[in-house]
Amino acid sequence: MDFNAFFAQYGALLAQGTWDTIVMTVLSTLFAYVLGIPLGVLVTITADDGLWPHKACNRILGWIVNIGRSIPFIILLVAIIPFTRFVVGTSLGVPGAIVPLVVSAAPFVARMVEQSLREIDGSLIEAAQSMGASTWQIVWKVYLKESVPSLVRGASIVFITLFGYAAMAGTVGAGGLGDIAIRYGYQRYQTDVMIVTIIILIVLVQIVQSIGDVTARKLDKRNR
Amino acid sequence: MIKIEHLYKTYHADDPERRHEALKDINLTIDDGEVYGIIGESGAGKSTLVRNINLLERPTEGTIVIDGKDVTDYKGKQLLDLRKNIGMIFQHFSLFAQRTVLGNVMFPMEVQGKKKDEAEKRALELLDMVGLADRAENYPSQLSGGQQQRVAIARALANEPTIMLCDEATSALDTMTTKQILKLLHRVNKELGVTIVLITHSMTVAEAICDRVAVIENGSIVEEGPTKEVFANPQSHMARALLGLEDVDEDGRPVGELDEFDAEMSREFAAPHAASAAEGKAE
Repeated sequence: MDFNAFFAQYGALLAQGTWDTIVMTVLSTLFAYVLGIPLGVLVTITADDGLWPHKACNRILGWIVNIGRSIPFIILLVAIIPFTRFVVGTSLGVPGAIVPLVVSAAPFVARMVEQSLREIDGSLIEAAQSMGASTWQIVWKVYLKESVPSLVRGASIVFITLFGYAAMAGTVGAGGLGDIAIRYGYQRYQTDVMIVTIIILIVLVQIVQSIGDVTARKLDKRNR
Repeated sequence: MIKIEHLYKTYHADDPERRHEALKDINLTIDDGEVYGIIGESGAGKSTLVRNINLLERPTEGTIVIDGKDVTDYKGKQLLDLRKNIGMIFQHFSLFAQRTVLGNVMFPMEVQGKKKDEAEKRALELLDMVGLADRAENYPSQLSGGQQQRVAIARALANEPTIMLCDEATSALDTMTTKQILKLLHRVNKELGVTIVLITHSMTVAEAICDRVAVIENGSIVEEGPTKEVFANPQSHMARALLGLEDVDEDGRPVGELDEFDAEMSREFAAPHAASAAEGKAE
């Protein structure tokens, strides 16, 4: 394979695709956390053994999260097109992909956050209560603060999952590496393009995972 | 003064199969400035009892009166203010792992909205008092168990409480460290005048530090009095069992004389108490 010729022909396309994929993933991870953290916190503290037990609230939130989690992304993507148009005015391109990505990832994030918060030992919550901390202070200063390393590890998992989802979104007109792999690699039998997109995705995933691991380890003050 | 009157705590009161009476008709008066011990086996209800004092658990029936005020139904700000006045330490220290030692001691003041520089100054004074000023910037995981408990004591004292609750505070520590912690608690009691309510399953701990003790068994207080009297002349089967003078079954019923194995175990576990109690009897 002639690399120079290959990159002359596809370099700009691949660079744009990579950039689009990164933008889609970063923004949707960000928005998914904006929605998912409060949702995960609420699910945790409204549980029967939680800080602020509330059966009805807990059940309803649980349902919402489970419904969100059970719809396969590719179906959600097309099913909520009217909603996507309503929010960002289009169902195409990067903005069109971010809406379904966020809708799909927020419940996933909520579960990840819930899992991180549940790792916090109950005696820490009790200790904070014994010092007169309010529910809000306990959420902020104990639950979230103490689970930062675990939340960071969770975030890298979410981020990598969204890479995969973003590729799927590519197939319905979102652009990005998924779109390139399908259009060139699959529909035009250009295996070399397919392979290069896969390599780019692998490299991106490795970088994100490494950053996540190192950050989590740096932030974790236990076991040293 | 802490006055507990006709306190009952029943879990799952509506479900006959899971219904559990953790506390039954508890009546206690704990005077200002004393060290009060609540002794019992695990599951006897002592943890539940101590958690009713700062309302981490709510009484099913009965009242908690602190300094003449009925606090049983305190909620919201009143409750948070009450807890500010009652420090608490725990068996496994319960320090915040992601905060430094200084950050841990500052936490209760931060929660109460104290200014940061004032909080830091007070935290450093407290750390100095417990002998850990040089570890302020360390994280809990870098400290030994005894050091962690000293940080927890400093943290419990941060808002200048008049009462301190100790939930099996030395049970996870070895003998020497236990002694150091008890010595520190003694200082807290004598120098700062803090009333200490201490729960323990260890007669050694109770004898070392408590002015008065209550023996709790299956959710009821079976014996109460000045430590010396209870130890010298235990009246209840549970107190006698805890002192290694006789054996009881799981429900606290006496099963008669000690057999040879029990006698040996008693000598191993409670020898000094058994000896002092025997003396008391001889008098």
